[in-house]
Amino acid sequence: MDSQAIATHPEHAHGEHEHPPYLRHHFATVEQQRETASFGMWLFLLTEIMFFGGMFAAYLIYRNWYYPAFVAGSHQLSILLGTVNTAVLICSSFTMAMGVYSAEMKRKGALVMWLLLTILLGTVFLGIKADEYHEKWEKHHVPGLNFSANDFVNGSKGYPDDKLAPDMAQKSQVYFSLYFAMTGMHALHMIIGISILIVLVIRARQGAYTEGHMTTIENFGLYWHFVDIVWIFLFPLLYLISRHQ
Amino acid sequence: MHFISPVLWQFLVNWMTHFALFPPEASRIAPQVDALYFFLILISLVGMAIVIALVAGFSILYRKERNPEATQIEGSTLLEATWTIIPLALFMVTFVWGALLYFRIYDPPTNAMNIYIVGKQWMWKAEHPGGQHEINSLHVPSGRPVQLTMISQDVFHSFSIPAFRVKREVIPGRYTTVWFEATTPGTYHLFCTQYCGTLHSQMIGEVTVLKPEEYEAWTAGSTSGMSLAQNGERLFASLGCNSCHSGNAAARGPNLAAVYSSRVPLANGSYAFVDDAFLRDSILNPTMHVTAGFAPIMPTYQGQISEEGLIDLVEYIKHLHSNYRIQQTLNTSEVQPSNLGQNGITAQRTYTDMHSSQVPQSVQTQRQGTAAQPGVVNQ
Amino acid sequence: MSTIVSLPDQQTATLPKRSYLNSEYGLKSWLLTGDHKRIAILYLISITFFFFIGGAMAGLIRLELLTPQTDLMAADTYNKLFTMHGIIMIFLFLVPSVPATIGNFLIPIMVGAKDLAFPKINLLSWYLYIIGGTLTLAALISGGVDTGWTFTTPLSTHYLNTHVITAGLAIFVAGFSSIFTGLNFIVTIHRMRAPGMTWFRLPLFVWSHYAASILMVLGTPVLAIALVLVLLERTIGIGVFDPAKGGDPLLFQHLFWFYSHPAVYIMILPGMGVISEVISTFSRKRVFGYTAVAFSSVAIAVFGFFVWEHHMFVMGVSNYSALVFSLLTMLVAVPSAIKIFNWSATLYKGSITFETPMLYAFGFIGLFTIGGLTGVFLGSLGMDIHLTETYFIVAHFHFVMVGGMLMAFLSGVHFWWPKMTGRMYPEGLSKLAALVTFIGFILTFFPQFIVGYLGMPRRYAAYPPEFQVLNVLSTAGASVLGVGYLLPMLYLTWSLKYGKIAGANPWQATGLEWQIQSPPLTENFLETPIVDYEAYDYEWLANKTKNEVTTVG
Repeated sequence: MDSQAIATHPEHAHGEHEHPPYLRHHFATVEQQRETASFGMWLFLLTEIMFFGGMFAAYLIYRNWYYPAFVAGSHQLSILLGTVNTAVLICSSFTMAMGVYSAEMKRKGALVMWLLLTILLGTVFLGIKADEYHEKWEKHHVPGLNFSANDFVNGSKGYPDDKLAPDMAQKSQVYFSLYFAMTGMHALHMIIGISILIVLVIRARQGAYTEGHMTTIENFGLYWHFVDIVWIFLFPLLYLISRHQ
Repeated sequence: MHFISPVLWQFLVNWMTHFALFPPEASRIAPQVDALYFFLILISLVGMAIVIALVAGFSILYRKERNPEATQIEGSTLLEATWTIIPLALFMVTFVWGALLYFRIYDPPTNAMNIYIVGKQWMWKAEHPGGQHEINSLHVPSGRPVQLTMISQDVFHSFSIPAFRVKREVIPGRYTTVWFEATTPGTYHLFCTQYCGTLHSQMIGEVTVLKPEEYEAWTAGSTSGMSLAQNGERLFASLGCNSCHSGNAAARGPNLAAVYSSRVPLANGSYAFVDDAFLRDSILNPTMHVTAGFAPIMPTYQGQISEEGLIDLVEYIKHLHSNYRIQQTLNTSEVQPSNLGQNGITAQRTYTDMHSSQVPQSVQTQRQGTAAQPGVVNQ
Repeated sequence: MSTIVSLPDQQTATLPKRSYLNSEYGLKSWLLTGDHKRIAILYLISITFFFFIGGAMAGLIRLELLTPQTDLMAADTYNKLFTMHGIIMIFLFLVPSVPATIGNFLIPIMVGAKDLAFPKINLLSWYLYIIGGTLTLAALISGGVDTGWTFTTPLSTHYLNTHVITAGLAIFVAGFSSIFTGLNFIVTIHRMRAPGMTWFRLPLFVWSHYAASILMVLGTPVLAIALVLVLLERTIGIGVFDPAKGGDPLLFQHLFWFYSHPAVYIMILPGMGVISEVISTFSRKRVFGYTAVAFSSVAIAVFGFFVWEHHMFVMGVSNYSALVFSLLTMLVAVPSAIKIFNWSATLYKGSITFETPMLYAFGFIGLFTIGGLTGVFLGSLGMDIHLTETYFIVAHFHFVMVGGMLMAFLSGVHFWWPKMTGRMYPEGLSKLAALVTFIGFILTFFPQFIVGYLGMPRRYAAYPPEFQVLNVLSTAGASVLGVGYLLPMLYLTWSLKYGKIAGANPWQATGLEWQIQSPPLTENFLETPIVDYEAYDYEWLANKTKNEVTTVG
């Protein structure tokens, strides 16, 4: 009755051999804990892909149906701000990667600095995004709330040739619906990411991730890069439709 | 039954004898659907019998009292293959049978008469080509294929006639169709089966199947005086459609005569088959279907025409076989100031022609094409 | 309790001094616990609560349908009731029922781990469930919602003035609870197995949960985004599904059913796992064709993702795409048939006893077979046209969900109750409850097949009088069914204090969970078990017991 006997005799399993303090009680080894956490993170990113996938599917369909409206809508986005934001995000991915590297190298000061830089870049991204949203509001491009297809019927300042028939011009509302839904959900992920980063910085200052246990930082890095990659898809799909025309 | 009041007793008897167990078969497709239904019931009964026999039989044979020691068996690939392949084969039969039926129910025959259905919260509006309007009821002749072209004004509805075994979702923004050929005169239920809001369960009506001659009498008796195509013609003129779609060589819009059921080349190089949905969509979203050789200048009529108006226009264009009357209307308005009296009379006369042609036309929709033809005869 | 196998330790069994139930005391020790067993108990209490709320609504719905007119309540009240019944039963009962309670309790033990991979996320998932449940109740109390649980656009976005946003948020949040549960299971099954516990030594319960978890993890986010778009459309007025703005309401149907069809398998697969365990245990025999049953679960999960359009056969989709989806629907029916036959064959040459869990399992096999076969009716294109959106479909999914899943849930709760609480429930009463449930169920839902073929549409508050007799039968059955569900609630609660002590392995089952004390210790195993036997190896168990006796004697 081996296991039964074992189970009923309250011997203490802990304390027999030395565990690092960060090893949770239900894992056998640090290695297992690390692999488990990273597997879980990858799986979570898979659910995120499905989450954004729904909107990408919608985008695919409507872009196929209403291509001219999508082109005209895309012309209204600032390619400069979009490019700057892309650069900012790629840099933030770099700073995040450097943060992970510093944690690996057990450099506390560097880790905190890189994480702070990541927060800063993330905030810059959100600031620029907010400015873009504000501009959409002023140009009456926010679907539902204050949408006007005027710019697409009569042509707009930068694109006087964007004169669509009224029915197609109306469809740019679908483009902006998707624009706000997709970038909005992306921005929400950024906000969640920055909130978590703030907690990470506080804990990193206490030295939580520079004593050999850096799984959290590593996994958060995966999340941050994922959010970055979503933007890498959003940028060409939303900003760069038929720019050469 | 002295201990039960006679009134209650009568009520119970009445209740127990007047309940339904199987819906009437009132369309040509109904017996075919029922045949598949009985086949499926048969499969299910056999399947259930096998499972019950296995479970009950083993439970009796191998209960602990009889069989204290279990014999461990790993499995049997042969047996498992058997009960994989046999159900699969049966399901495939069901699939093919069901698919054949589905195509039969959803592919209308070409000679079907067309009735339009508009669904809205919470009523059904039926529009017959002859201009007869009905609410929450539908009169159809027996022995003739009837196609329903349906659209919703607001939310999803679903048009269901259980006695005919047909049903189709009625969707905002696009036409859906269903057809049936009623066989047995009588009155049958008409339900909305897609949940559509508060009074969903009140969105019901009656389908009345009439013998052909009774149907003829009904159409004659309930006409509103104007056929759908005639309403459509008025709308066509009042919206100014005729100024571009005049059929002239130099016209800014494509010629609409005999365009229905044809394949038109589009500006993007593809071809489109012109059906009701295409016509409706071209009015609301003209730039989606620009005909080759024409500039995308047509404005949208989204929000300006009701679904009924669109049906009138579609019905008009569907039966437009020549541009004679369009041009005549145009000439009328051009020369109107100087020639008022004479043209007024012409218009009057044509209208009367149309009107007199209306009764036979609604009886035999197939010849509805002739609705626009009196003009040709006049010529 | 004559049917319980008598073993040396059975008569003398006492409750262990230390167990997960008494390792810590106080409300806080429960609300902040990381122990998967305690979280399972929290889930069990909360889903039972929501089950009875949903059940009460079902009762009111059946009462209203007693007469053809709307005399008990107005049509809009009725609409709110069936909407809430659907939302509560699907998102707050069926989806978490077996996985979050029994699965949560057992999966770590079955794979030989001390806990799920992410205990804190497990607790978070319970809190998300509670938030979702609270929002649902808030929507209910503040005036209800009447979209139907399907949230069909444009009805839900533009035409109703009820609390769609609250209810949508509730489902959104509850969805994340389900994602986290599924994620935890997958990671645990992959990474936390004890030495020697290979994939093909896992109990079939674990396999079926693995398949269901894949569906939770990949399907639920799509529902989440569909709901987000509906809520944005309702609040701001974006136009992704709005035909007036160029959107297509059919896209919502596609996104919604992309989750909600797999959700059906999320609900039924864990139940199938329970049945595999129960049938094997009470026939003292290895499950016939273990590999086939294991892979049929995975096949259901994979095919389950590619059949969603069969909910839309009448919605004006292309005839040819309907053809493809109908074919795939037929294919997904096959693995279920395999399971039914394999369970039946497991009984062959077994040594069968008929304890309560086994009776529920027999109920499951019978009702699920009817539910599954009527699913073939609906998957067959031409047949679906007449049957869809009628009571036939209501009866079909209640046979699968209530007849199948609820039977499996009750079977599982009875089966593992001694393990969870250390005590037995009254055997005679529980058998009576199983019988009452079965009879009540048949009486409630079988007439609905007939009334469905007659054409009675679902979600109708009033109906033509000739359907009344069948509806009265159904309502009468519902009252019997209600008794059948109240009974276990009462005697299981009673047994917590007065039930006989169960001992470690009252059923003589082979799973790892039965080799440890009941109720288990917080850490499940004192030392990581090393698994050197196949699943359902009753000879191993017999040897083990023999050795025990010799060492004791």
